[in-house]
Amino acid sequence: MAQEEKIKKVSIIISKGSLEGVYPGLIMANGARMEGIEANLFFTFFGLDAIVKKRMKKLKVATVGNPAMHIPSIIGILPGMSALATWMMKREMEKLDIPPVDEFIEMIHDAGAKIYACKATVDMFHLKPEDFCEQVDGILTVGEFYEMSAGAQIIFT
Amino acid sequence: MPYKEYNGRKVEVDDEGYLVNLNDWDEELAKAIAKEEGIEELTDRHWDVIRFMRKEYEEKGTAPSIRRLKNAGGVPVKELYQLFPGGPAKKAAKIAGLPKPHGCV
Repeated sequence: MAQEEKIKKVSIIISKGSLEGVYPGLIMANGARMEGIEANLFFTFFGLDAIVKKRMKKLKVATVGNPAMHIPSIIGILPGMSALATWMMKREMEKLDIPPVDEFIEMIHDAGAKIYACKATVDMFHLKPEDFCEQVDGILTVGEFYEMSAGAQIIFT
Repeated sequence: MPYKEYNGRKVEVDDEGYLVNLNDWDEELAKAIAKEEGIEELTDRHWDVIRFMRKEYEEKGTAPSIRRLKNAGGVPVKELYQLFPGGPAKKAAKIAGLPKPHGCV
């Protein structure tokens, strides 16, 4: 049997702006670089919050509409629930040496991954280049993103 | 368990070539493993990483993460990837004679 070819390049799309929506993509991107796999990250829609300077440190866990939280949604809407869940998740991640979002983005970028913002979303939210953290390598259209992803596995999160 | 020969000396390794016995390791062995991993010469900075990893492993029982190497070991991420191209955590652990790291970050 022919040996399966190793993955050499990934493009990871991060489309959600909750803490639990952002981390899987970041962990996969960092993990890719740790394995010597080329990685490009593309932030779109609310995922963009993870690379917006003012917002990246303030991402929260969503406590409503998520059955896996194991609390009724009616409890999830109470003031402070999201902050509590966020605090708990951050505490557990710190134990595993998973960095906060801003530090993680910096680490992933220093590891050689490229970080891009989606042009359609940037226009829709009226964002300017200076709103983004310094690690952002550019603002891309979907077409440019596909071009850059030639030969890559695309992972949507 | 398989064996590998470095500098005319046989050492026990696992299936992926990581040393089985921490005490088999010495600096000459590190140089030989590094060559095999494509690093021709270990610089002072390589040694800083290797020694920090071994120290952490001896104290904690696990190899440090890349984040810990950065924050506690004083080796910036960019430099780490330059020193050990194509997978710093695994490569540095192998050269340092430690088991393969199992963390996700």
